[in-house]
Amino acid sequence: MKIKNNIAVSDSGFIFNPTTGDSFSANPVGQEIFKMLQTAATEEEITANILETYQIDKVRFEKDFYDFVNVLKKYKLLEEIEKD
Amino acid sequence: MKKLQYERPVLQLLNSGAMNKYGTKTEYAPFTHIDGASVHDLTEKFGSPLFVISEKKIRSNFKDANRSFKTRYPKVQFAWSYKTNYLNAVCNVFHQEGSWAEVVSGFEYSKALNNGVPGSKIIFNGPDKTDEDLRTAITNNSPIHIDHLDELYMLQEISEETGQRPKVAIRVNMDTGIYPMWDRFGFNYENGQAWDAINKIMLNDKLDLVGLHCHIGTYMLATNAYSIAAAKLSDLAINIKYKYKKNIQYIDMGGGFPSMNTLKGSYLLGVDTVPTIDQFAEAICTSILNAGFLEEELPLLILETGRALIDDAGFLIGSVISNKRLSDGRRAVIMDFGVNIMFTSFWYDHKITPAQEFSDFTEDMVVYGPLCMNIDVIREHVTLPLLKRNDKVVVHTVGAYNMSQWMQFISLRPAVVMIDKKGVPHEIRKRETINSIESEEIVPEYLKTFSLNGIEKRTG
Repeated sequence: MKIKNNIAVSDSGFIFNPTTGDSFSANPVGQEIFKMLQTAATEEEITANILETYQIDKVRFEKDFYDFVNVLKKYKLLEEIEKD
Repeated sequence: MKKLQYERPVLQLLNSGAMNKYGTKTEYAPFTHIDGASVHDLTEKFGSPLFVISEKKIRSNFKDANRSFKTRYPKVQFAWSYKTNYLNAVCNVFHQEGSWAEVVSGFEYSKALNNGVPGSKIIFNGPDKTDEDLRTAITNNSPIHIDHLDELYMLQEISEETGQRPKVAIRVNMDTGIYPMWDRFGFNYENGQAWDAINKIMLNDKLDLVGLHCHIGTYMLATNAYSIAAAKLSDLAINIKYKYKKNIQYIDMGGGFPSMNTLKGSYLLGVDTVPTIDQFAEAICTSILNAGFLEEELPLLILETGRALIDDAGFLIGSVISNKRLSDGRRAVIMDFGVNIMFTSFWYDHKITPAQEFSDFTEDMVVYGPLCMNIDVIREHVTLPLLKRNDKVVVHTVGAYNMSQWMQFISLRPAVVMIDKKGVPHEIRKRETINSIESEEIVPEYLKTFSLNGIEKRTG
């Protein structure tokens, strides 16, 4: 799972998709996940990082993480998964 | 190192161009206290959901409205509309402020009597008064507002039988230029029904016609309609004086003044569109003062204002059960309060404020209640800060009708707390228990036993 290479994100959480012209804003936790997904970090790595930084348990974060990933998919910000 | 406060990750598509027709963020600060009492402490002690009533706000609303009328007209009397909120503690705050009682059923009449209101200060309205209700009201010398001819004939029969002379008024309906016209209650002014009923009362002499009453609508946004109504009632009173040489003791303008809630479908917020009580007072008082009464014969002006005096004194505290995403990507939040206890969510876009700190990020969401029914929608579309399970929210302006029209449906009704002027909470209605409901049920003996998978069971 990785954010498309051409998607730009600023330090303030402003995200721009040059293909569609859409722009987005993300909150601090959203930005962190977004930036980790740009480096193709795994779900386990992202979870470990967030749990270390924020007051949240694994179960609740998992629910929020999948919801966030679904939003990224909805807006076509993730690399298409190659099918075998 | 201390860990940072977590907030659910969000990504929002930014819209440029036309504004979102649902508006933007409206909540900027958490609503943590009601009259000095902590929202979180209240739910710890009394549970969630929880209705909270501000005594201070009721009293200030009453004083403001009373001042608005009394500075414009010499004789003014408010009568608390029991159906708007008939919790005894609430009624008694109004009675302490000097309000009479205005009731529309035998049940409400009994409540007013039980609260200690003298019979002569209980105005009995409504189309459904039984023979027993009328006899009680006559004996107590209560003003009875006649709704239809059958009631008028019933009163005449009771009067003949008992020799008592009931104190009555007639309810008059009329065209005040607003739609819908409430012509289902009382006697019509324009087609002569009202004058006909007055003649029947005056010529029969079994009843003592003391007043004239109207109630032209609800959540009225046009002050001019009250001006027209007051002029038409005054016209009837002056004609009675002319024909029968009798002074009508009072003109009762009923209720119908709006609160600051925002009606569904309204483009602007209630606070931006609703006329003030001063504007209504100006319309009514000017109309009566200019009608042609002699100064010493001006009738008492009675007002049965309900909603405008209590709505913004009521709050509903609730908790987030869950948040989820709908099939089209919209955020949905499920609260622990539904339309069963917040009937007014069918009429209003209620303001909802989180009761704990939140960030600048918001989401467009649908707010659902907890009922397993598709109609249980609190807000179809609202932009709120991110909410998570167990977060508390405060729904504003819910003091009118919810605590009388609520339904015991699927779940039990919550407790109601009144915060006194010193900020101390008092429980004024306990949270219902299963016994509150089942105590009225009776299971026939032959239905008390059954067998499931060969195991005998018995109810109770």
